[in-house]
Amino acid sequence: MIHTDILIIGGGPSGLCAAIAAAKSGAEVMLVERSQYFGGQLVKQTHMFFGSEKQYAATRGFDIGKKLVEEVKNSDNIKIFHSTTALGIYEDGVVTLEQKFESEEIYLKVQAKSLIVTTGALEKSLPFPNNDLPGIYGAGAVQTLMNEYLVKPGKRVLMVGAGNIGLIISYQLLQAGVEVAGIIDASPRIGGYLVHASKIRRSGVPIFTGYTIVKAEGTDHLEKATIAKVDQHWKPIPGTEKEMNVDVMCISVGLTPSSAFFWQGGCEMEYVRELGGYVPKRNRYLRTTVGNIYVAGDSAGIEEASSAMVEGSIAGLAASHDLGFVYEGYNREIEELLQELEGLRGGEKGIHIRRGYNKVGF
Amino acid sequence: MNQRINKHPIIDIPLRQKIKFFYNGKEFFGFEGETIASALHAAGITKLSESIKHHRPRGFYCAIGNCSSCFMRVDGKPNVKTCVEPLRENMVVENQEGRGSII
Repeated sequence: MIHTDILIIGGGPSGLCAAIAAAKSGAEVMLVERSQYFGGQLVKQTHMFFGSEKQYAATRGFDIGKKLVEEVKNSDNIKIFHSTTALGIYEDGVVTLEQKFESEEIYLKVQAKSLIVTTGALEKSLPFPNNDLPGIYGAGAVQTLMNEYLVKPGKRVLMVGAGNIGLIISYQLLQAGVEVAGIIDASPRIGGYLVHASKIRRSGVPIFTGYTIVKAEGTDHLEKATIAKVDQHWKPIPGTEKEMNVDVMCISVGLTPSSAFFWQGGCEMEYVRELGGYVPKRNRYLRTTVGNIYVAGDSAGIEEASSAMVEGSIAGLAASHDLGFVYEGYNREIEELLQELEGLRGGEKGIHIRRGYNKVGF
Repeated sequence: MNQRINKHPIIDIPLRQKIKFFYNGKEFFGFEGETIASALHAAGITKLSESIKHHRPRGFYCAIGNCSSCFMRVDGKPNVKTCVEPLRENMVVENQEGRGSII
């Protein structure tokens, strides 16, 4: 049995920030990540971030990941385990892990005083005929394939979803030398930032708003997609179908929080549409209804990496503080972080997300 | 079919060690640091598995180990998530039938 003060499940942006924050006060931290690499989905973000300097604005996502990983590795209080999957949490609070070495696995048990769960999110799909054909990939999968493994997803892509992810990945497809046949979105308006949309349109990629995907066709791989206009009830209008010869369809219709650990840990859960699905209730310091389980990042509600990092820092500071570790700058720092988070969720674009967060506090 | 990206405005393309592996008995090459699924995809193989009941072709969907549609038999072991399993020299990768069995 391994004993530690704080166990963090998930080495993405929020988990890394949580580890750094928690270790500051002297708490012993164990950070586990199922992948070979730390950094989560930052690894494949080739674009520069927005926001303020504090959240690494104008830095490319993968460089932010590298900086955080470096900081974690330099801390004596943080033990890191890559290729290690958290399997379950038991009634006595023990968390079981499977650590992988090449083709062998070992089984570990951890007893931690507190747990910070930063397990991120899962990609959503859409229901339509033949949506399981090879060539139909989640947006994140396309990004992983090109930006991490330097492999093109195919020759000609239909992007489904004109939110920020759909727009950014369309641009990244062009950068990789892949043709983007078009971007569709059932909504009458483009969901993502107009600065991204304009860049795409200037590159000659059409954006069809008010269109949905009707069906996919192909034998062992996608060959053709049919799209159609939708009416005010989001139903396809007969006679408006367009056929597109594409070998890749990229589904960018959002994410849903990865919530298994909170369910298993007994946290009170709430379905919040604005946050992407089931999330644990939590106080402003991100403590769930199970006193020693904290949440941060996309598993707390779908947002983006900047707020995930701030949330991670808040959860890390709060978790070590609640265990009695004294850190002098605590009060000032945590208030600053809470304000930063408010800033990130400010303005008109943040209305939706603020409404979601108002439903999960306790 | 070669789907490798050889030129990129942002990402430096590193020089990587070539890795030999076998897919359904045939010799293939991939690169160090990539996964089984990415090496197969680069070679034009996108059908990785079949649905258990109706034998519908399946590729990966998420590419980060969440969705389970890329399960293959690797070095005799079934249900390996090929989208996250690192490629290693002389690996034997095969399409798997049904749920896969270890005995």
